[in-house]
Amino acid sequence: MIRLFKVKEKQRELAENANGGVPIKKQTAGELRLHKDISELNLPSSCTMTFPNGKDNLMNFEVSIRPDEGYYLGGTFLFSFQVSPIYPHEAPKVKCKTKVYHPNIDLEGNVCLNILREDWKPVLSINTIIYGLYHLFTEPNWEDPLNHDAAAVLRDNPKMFESNVRRALSGGYVGQTFFQRCI
Amino acid sequence: MAESTVHQSRSRDLDKLLLRPGNLVAPTFEPGAQLRDDLQEYARILVVGAGGLGCELLKDLALSGFKNLEVIDMDRIEVTNLNRQFLFRLEDVGKPKAEVAARRVMERVSEYDSDDKPIEETVKPMVDGGTEGFKGHARVIIPGSTPCFECTIWLFPPQVKFPLCTLAETPRTAAHCIEYAHLIKWDEVHSGKTFDPDDPEHMKWVYTEAVKRAELFGIQGVTYSLTQGVVKNIIPAIASTNAIVSAACTLETLKLVSGCSKTLSNYLTYNGVEGLHIKVTEFVKDKDCLVCGPGVLLELDTSVTLQKFIDMLEEHPKLLLSKASVRHQATNLYMQAPQVLEEMTRSNLNLPLFELMGKVPRDIVHVTGTTSRDGKKASCLRKLCLVFKGADAVTDQDMAVGA
Repeated sequence: MIRLFKVKEKQRELAENANGGVPIKKQTAGELRLHKDISELNLPSSCTMTFPNGKDNLMNFEVSIRPDEGYYLGGTFLFSFQVSPIYPHEAPKVKCKTKVYHPNIDLEGNVCLNILREDWKPVLSINTIIYGLYHLFTEPNWEDPLNHDAAAVLRDNPKMFESNVRRALSGGYVGQTFFQRCI
Repeated sequence: MAESTVHQSRSRDLDKLLLRPGNLVAPTFEPGAQLRDDLQEYARILVVGAGGLGCELLKDLALSGFKNLEVIDMDRIEVTNLNRQFLFRLEDVGKPKAEVAARRVMERVSEYDSDDKPIEETVKPMVDGGTEGFKGHARVIIPGSTPCFECTIWLFPPQVKFPLCTLAETPRTAAHCIEYAHLIKWDEVHSGKTFDPDDPEHMKWVYTEAVKRAELFGIQGVTYSLTQGVVKNIIPAIASTNAIVSAACTLETLKLVSGCSKTLSNYLTYNGVEGLHIKVTEFVKDKDCLVCGPGVLLELDTSVTLQKFIDMLEEHPKLLLSKASVRHQATNLYMQAPQVLEEMTRSNLNLPLFELMGKVPRDIVHVTGTTSRDGKKASCLRKLCLVFKGADAVTDQDMAVGA
């Protein structure tokens, strides 16, 4: 191997004299896997994606979800996705950028979805996560609360929960908290 | 010369390995003083990390005669490092680890050379070591002959993550209280400000909040050091494990570079929890590895358009890949979905692939799509090695015309 190093040292000197080559950006396995996930996306028309950093940077993107049934019908909710280079060995970091009155999403945009944290497996994909998020809007669940108040209302008084959601979606106060209109 | 006698005594142990022939030596091994000198002049070693294992390694490598050592570490020195990271002193706390480690090694081994020009485009063997308490591992990665880092990435233990709603609603352990303060409470109070685990003020805040939370739920055991442990994923380090793993890594490096003996093949595990157990396992390359796998070889004409290429993949007997999306280096040449990316890349379909790939005679692309095997459809990701026929000859001409 040391002989190899000597040969390379000579090659390097030659190359330096010639000109400085343009460094090639190597692909991480994580980027390639993400590329596969994205090229195979099969989303309902209620979900759309944007890539703020252009067509070649897939590691950061946004998904907007517009539920077509349930309490959140008609609202538009924006999620940011941050994918790490070791994807799929680590789940993407997902935040909800739209302030929403929801038992499983807190006011800072943290999302309680099992497959984003404790139940993430490398066989899951971006598609699975987006369907998981969509599911949160059609089936909000008071058993895994992040917004404690919203969860309690959903459990004890679904009618009132429904009217709270409508008020938040069209822009207004629920309790002390103001929600921007997102319909 | 006086210098050579100094050398002799300095490298007495090293000379036993490098100056004499042996039975286990590599076929290319040529014992002699020249080899020892070459090691010092030509071998360049990058040490990634100047923590517990890194300090041991820098010392071992320097004392084994390697002179061109470089070190990277993004951390700063903390008081709790000092018991085992022996290159650091109390007055170094808060300084960057890599800088101090490099300076201390230079002070002790005066012939150290700090030339920091990296060598591009070459085979870079890697020796990897890690410790966790009384357990450790050392392994050799030679691109092309051993499994690469990616082939065995599944060996990493999965990270422990608590459900956010457990943290928010039903904490049961001290760690739950700490993660609540770290992941939920921090954002609520410091809107927009990112948490910095290396800022003692931030850590103190998380600790105080975690204590409050633990009191509320009647949970015991939140301490400042546990807070650091949970937030920064710190596992207690044992100096003797570091010393053993470092010694294994350095010996492998020396063997790899000089050929004075067979290298480890290829993954050593050390376990000192009960008694002592050391075992070497030979992992094999993942033939479908996206990083080190060979890829399917395809010969193409320089005139083939991207659309034609995608059609060819569907008919290729080894691939039978339909609806392909194509990526070359960091560029998406064509994406089948989602619609927004399909529209952005559609215009590439009518261009010759050779031009899209920067007119290189040979390169790797990655394609994803659907294959049908035995009548069943499955999605797949393949690495392809494309060779353009006669491209060497036309490259210069084409460039000149700017076609």
